[in-house]
Amino acid sequence: MNNSSEISPDTVRAICAAHAHRRGPTLEILHALQREFGFVPSSALPVIAEELNVTRAEVHGVFSFYHDLRDQPPPRHTVRVCRAEACQSMGARAVWDAAQRAASTTPSVEVSEVFCLGNCACSPAIQVDERTRGRMDPGRVTGIIEQLDREAS
Amino acid sequence: MRLFVPADSTAVSIGADEVAAALAARAPDAEIVRTGSRGLYWLEPLVEVEHEGRRLGFGPLAPADVDGLLERLAAGQLDGPGAVGDVDQLLAGQGQQRITLGRCGVVAPGSVADYERHGGLAGLRNALAMTPQAVVDAVSNSGLRGRGGAGFPTGTKWQTVHDTDDSPKFIVCNADEGDSGTFADRMLMEGDPLALIEGMLIAGVAVGAEQGYIYLRSEYPDALRVLRAALADAREHGVLGDDVLGSGKRFDIEIRVGAGAYICGEETSLLESLEGNRGMIRYKPPLPAIKGFFEKPTVVNNVITLATVPGVLMDNGESHKALGTGKSLGTLTAQLCGNVARPGLYEIPFGMPLGTLINDLGGGSASGRPVRAVQVGGPLGAYFPVSKFDARLDYESFAEAGGMIGHGGVVVFDDTVDLYQQARFSMEFCAKESCGKCTPCRVGSTRGVEVIDRIHAGTDVESNIEVLDDLCETMASVSLCALGGLTPFPVRSALRYFPDDFHTAVREHVETAHE
Repeated sequence: MNNSSEISPDTVRAICAAHAHRRGPTLEILHALQREFGFVPSSALPVIAEELNVTRAEVHGVFSFYHDLRDQPPPRHTVRVCRAEACQSMGARAVWDAAQRAASTTPSVEVSEVFCLGNCACSPAIQVDERTRGRMDPGRVTGIIEQLDREAS
Repeated sequence: MRLFVPADSTAVSIGADEVAAALAARAPDAEIVRTGSRGLYWLEPLVEVEHEGRRLGFGPLAPADVDGLLERLAAGQLDGPGAVGDVDQLLAGQGQQRITLGRCGVVAPGSVADYERHGGLAGLRNALAMTPQAVVDAVSNSGLRGRGGAGFPTGTKWQTVHDTDDSPKFIVCNADEGDSGTFADRMLMEGDPLALIEGMLIAGVAVGAEQGYIYLRSEYPDALRVLRAALADAREHGVLGDDVLGSGKRFDIEIRVGAGAYICGEETSLLESLEGNRGMIRYKPPLPAIKGFFEKPTVVNNVITLATVPGVLMDNGESHKALGTGKSLGTLTAQLCGNVARPGLYEIPFGMPLGTLINDLGGGSASGRPVRAVQVGGPLGAYFPVSKFDARLDYESFAEAGGMIGHGGVVVFDDTVDLYQQARFSMEFCAKESCGKCTPCRVGSTRGVEVIDRIHAGTDVESNIEVLDDLCETMASVSLCALGGLTPFPVRSALRYFPDDFHTAVREHVETAHE
């Protein structure tokens, strides 16, 4: 993953071209950019609009609708904490509070909320980068976040 | 020696990879097959050993238990700590009828060869030898209804697409399983993805479509990996492509990944997202079956619905029809989870009382405290108290009891639950995930949070309950889709059955209203 904060228009055009044959490619192109660079810089949106022959507003509208898409470089690690009902029933509120507390002192880890990871049978659940971890408690989630931060620094 | 260890993401979330690694290190000669999960999640990580044609289970295992297990197996000792015996017998003993998830946890996911060894592709072969209308008739005859939540008859939907004179036509699988408390789609995609692929192929044969799309939520990266591998193997074996199993018919499938919007599980919003747009709800009509993906006739079915179809095509839907009750035929893939001792996937014929599932099969709460509330059908489902545990899990009976089965998620709460918090969360969730198209959902949900807070704080309780009732009525009757339309279910049920969690004045109001 390349973490520079700008992506050249030619690179954006090449990614657009790679997806142009697909039906309804806008979201696919945004995904491809985020996969490649970790985020979608706002400067890429007018280039996509031009390539797809749609308005900038349309591309911005798609970008801003989806929780997953981000316009800033990502942190080293993301920890997503499930806050939905099946996790609530096993103490997710306390896990969320602990994760937020831990993240306030660990700059390389971003904690965000998610609503269901499909891990409801072994709740509460979190997702560390792409890996789902079950049966969390406040102590374990704190330990995981601090460990990630130590490894990153 | 052949050992089976799940690579299912929930099993992995509690250590299945570590157990597999320990087995590989300590038993280098053993063949270790990574499977999906059987859905016996309280036993995960569950290792199975092939023995005289049966699969014997051991779980839950930690890496530290591996040496002991291998020693016992070497000595021919098949009991001892963690031994659960024949896993198929265990499932049957619970009354499970694995017609849709029968291969889950058994086969190597995504291997066409293994899939065929376990009866896969027979339904597709039958379908290819039939007329499209005969395939639709088989599905209609089976009584199969959409398992995603709405319970619409699948055969009727397919008939509409079949009869619509337009092309191209599309098959879209809704794999945006966003409801909390549901994981059957994930489990199937990770454990038996070819059943879904076969179901989509059969749908293509039935309605004359050559292209399918799987719209998968981004929260399921493991399902994505398994599905991709399965699609590749299916193309390699000529199951997908320009000449499906030598029939001369063409069909292929593309996966599209969502981007974290709950609303995209609603079919018209899903289609918008699939077209690359904001996931905004569409007005209905026109139905997607007539004008769906890019305004073309489109079958939109849930993962479990499609994965049930291959079995239906084995015998014209007869054995499917023989299970269940009334208009709810076949099996419910109940996902029992939350605060419950034996959480898991229970595939049972429709009609089991809720309490039997939770107490007899599930073993009551995980915490050991009394069960107090249960939410069935995801975040838009009603909260039921224990006094309603005799409600039967079929579409009609459960609706009569004031609930909805939805996708079959059952979330159990013990007596530490605060239904004020749960009701508030329902409105909050609706506000966060509303697509914004219709006012009752977009604005009503935010106003709902405020009114619930006022009731809880004891501010003009009587008149605020009236406001909340009115708000819920408006959301339920004029929202464009189920998000705004059903959010009143958990809210109203929380007030009605658990008034003490709000304010002392609420009980009096509820008692008068429901006398």
